[in-house]
Amino acid sequence: MSIHDLVADDQPEKFSFSAENEDKIVRIIAKYPEGRQASAVMPLLDLAQRQHDNWIPMKAIELIAERLGMAKIRVLEVASFYTMYNLKPVGKYFLQLCGTTPCMLRGSEDVTRCIKDKLGISSGEMTSDGKFSLLEVECLGACVNAPIIQVNDDFYEDLDYDSTEILIDALSKDTPPPIGSVKMRSGSQAETGPTSLEKMAAKSQKKKSEKTAGNSAEQSRN
Amino acid sequence: MLQDKDRIFTNIYGWQEAGLSGAKKRGDWDNTKAILAVGHDEIVDRIKQSGLRGRGGAGFPTGVKWSFMPKEVTNRPHYLVVNADESEPGTCKDRDIIRHEPHKLIEGCLIAGFAMRAHVAYIYIRGEFVNEYRALQSAVDEAYEDGLLGSNAANSGWAFDVHVHRGAGAYICGEETALLESLEGKKGQPRLKPPFPAGVGLYGCPTTVNNVESIAVGPTILRRGTDWFSSLGKENNTGTKLFCISGHVNAPCNVEEEMGIPLKELLEKHAGGVRGGWDNLLAVIPGGSSTPLLTKDVCETMTMDFDALKAAGTGLGTAGIIVMDKSTDIVRAISRLSYFYKHESCGQCTPCREGTGWMWRMMDRMVRGQAEPHEIDTLYEITKQVEGHTICALGDAAAWPIQGLIKNFRPEIERRIEMNKTVTQAAE
Repeated sequence: MSIHDLVADDQPEKFSFSAENEDKIVRIIAKYPEGRQASAVMPLLDLAQRQHDNWIPMKAIELIAERLGMAKIRVLEVASFYTMYNLKPVGKYFLQLCGTTPCMLRGSEDVTRCIKDKLGISSGEMTSDGKFSLLEVECLGACVNAPIIQVNDDFYEDLDYDSTEILIDALSKDTPPPIGSVKMRSGSQAETGPTSLEKMAAKSQKKKSEKTAGNSAEQSRN
Repeated sequence: MLQDKDRIFTNIYGWQEAGLSGAKKRGDWDNTKAILAVGHDEIVDRIKQSGLRGRGGAGFPTGVKWSFMPKEVTNRPHYLVVNADESEPGTCKDRDIIRHEPHKLIEGCLIAGFAMRAHVAYIYIRGEFVNEYRALQSAVDEAYEDGLLGSNAANSGWAFDVHVHRGAGAYICGEETALLESLEGKKGQPRLKPPFPAGVGLYGCPTTVNNVESIAVGPTILRRGTDWFSSLGKENNTGTKLFCISGHVNAPCNVEEEMGIPLKELLEKHAGGVRGGWDNLLAVIPGGSSTPLLTKDVCETMTMDFDALKAAGTGLGTAGIIVMDKSTDIVRAISRLSYFYKHESCGQCTPCREGTGWMWRMMDRMVRGQAEPHEIDTLYEITKQVEGHTICALGDAAAWPIQGLIKNFRPEIERRIEMNKTVTQAAE
């Protein structure tokens, strides 16, 4: 694979970290022993990506290499080895759909189909307006809440065709729904209700309802 | 069935506050100083006595692993590294510990780190867990503010720092030496062993790499006593375990149960049973994607522990249980795993780099029946040439699911080949 396949053709001429990120960089490098600042290469690549519309330009790779005293090729090697570093632009909403067996068994192919129907894109493609891009990824590590899409940083879980449609519509309007299970279940608890720790569940529900009652009382006072 | 009073992770579903005040109410950080006061080696001995076996997949006794660390600290500092790179398909237990019980993990780091004479722990968390990372980092910050970490951690006189390091989407970094490479700022490619990390690990210093769950159960074991922990489960397979039940069950979930619980009971009590009833069960992958599958007849009596599953030719692995009912295209389900391993091979060893591609391409043909019957043996032969011939276990992990498929579902593969032949001939 040549470098041209790997990185974007259109590269910015300059890259520098924001003042805020410069502060973060000092703190990040301090986590590692003296002389081991190369350990900071992954967090720095992540910072660059977050600062630059979710993809890393070559100028950032050069800057990180210089900052950490590494050869440029070593930084590029890291940036291209790990799949989460985007070396080409991605959509505003970067949909990473898990397609590994546990998600597949729970219907991830319906989710893929919905995205194709709604947005007309397949894995590796971006919509023409740059709003969405899709990538089928490997196991996201939330298998009991399958199928899952990661949208930028956030997981949407327990999806099917219909709820994916709702999710895409909401994102199109730039109103992302609450993250987590679209069936509103608490974490990895069984959808049908807890099968252990019921007392804890009852306690926390009581607390929650007290809290809600308190809030509404407060609201009525206001 | 495990009683609630014996459950370690009482906030596993996130019903209560994950932060420090909630954690303290659940008993975390309760006089940690006294736990440390028994001394480095006594903590290691107690963990040995509890019978705790590593929760990351291999099941190696945790206390024994800790005892491999040098007893004297020279000019090379000791490191504890926590493997939170949870990526084995079917596994999502560490995610719940990190986001809902982060203080169990952080307190566990202090205790384990102290036991192995380390002043620094790095927690390597998979990159996709962004929100989980934020929860963990905020818990670490709280612990520093409260004096539980820092120059006099929990008032014990022991200096201890915890740093969280994010990965970036490489399954292979769950392999301990690949993780260390990654932490040093390199590509995550496994190292040859020996030397083992306890001798030469992170930055060339003595290092122990443990799974999140193994570290997070430590404080409770030491508080409640090793006898309590070892009284649960079965001999040589003690304690409780977080199980992840995914796939074709009515109510997929994570649950903490006793080691050695019968598989059928686990599925029926906690996951609402197999979709369409027990008789609709086709097969179960018992411990994450790399463990060979079990057919229904074996599932009837199988118990979920290291030794029973090993005896059945598979493994407890991470206890990520993937259930498949009779509607499953079993060849395709395994073929998708082959694709996973092909995607995740780091490319360092030729048998794995090339072999995972061969295996996936052959599996892809098997799904459609576009093969000759003798090629099933060829495929099996390839799995045998990859298995055991690579630096790390990814090659083995890619080979085992296919071996399990051929062993248990050979007639199904043959049927597809036969069917494809008939269709092709009819078309001609």
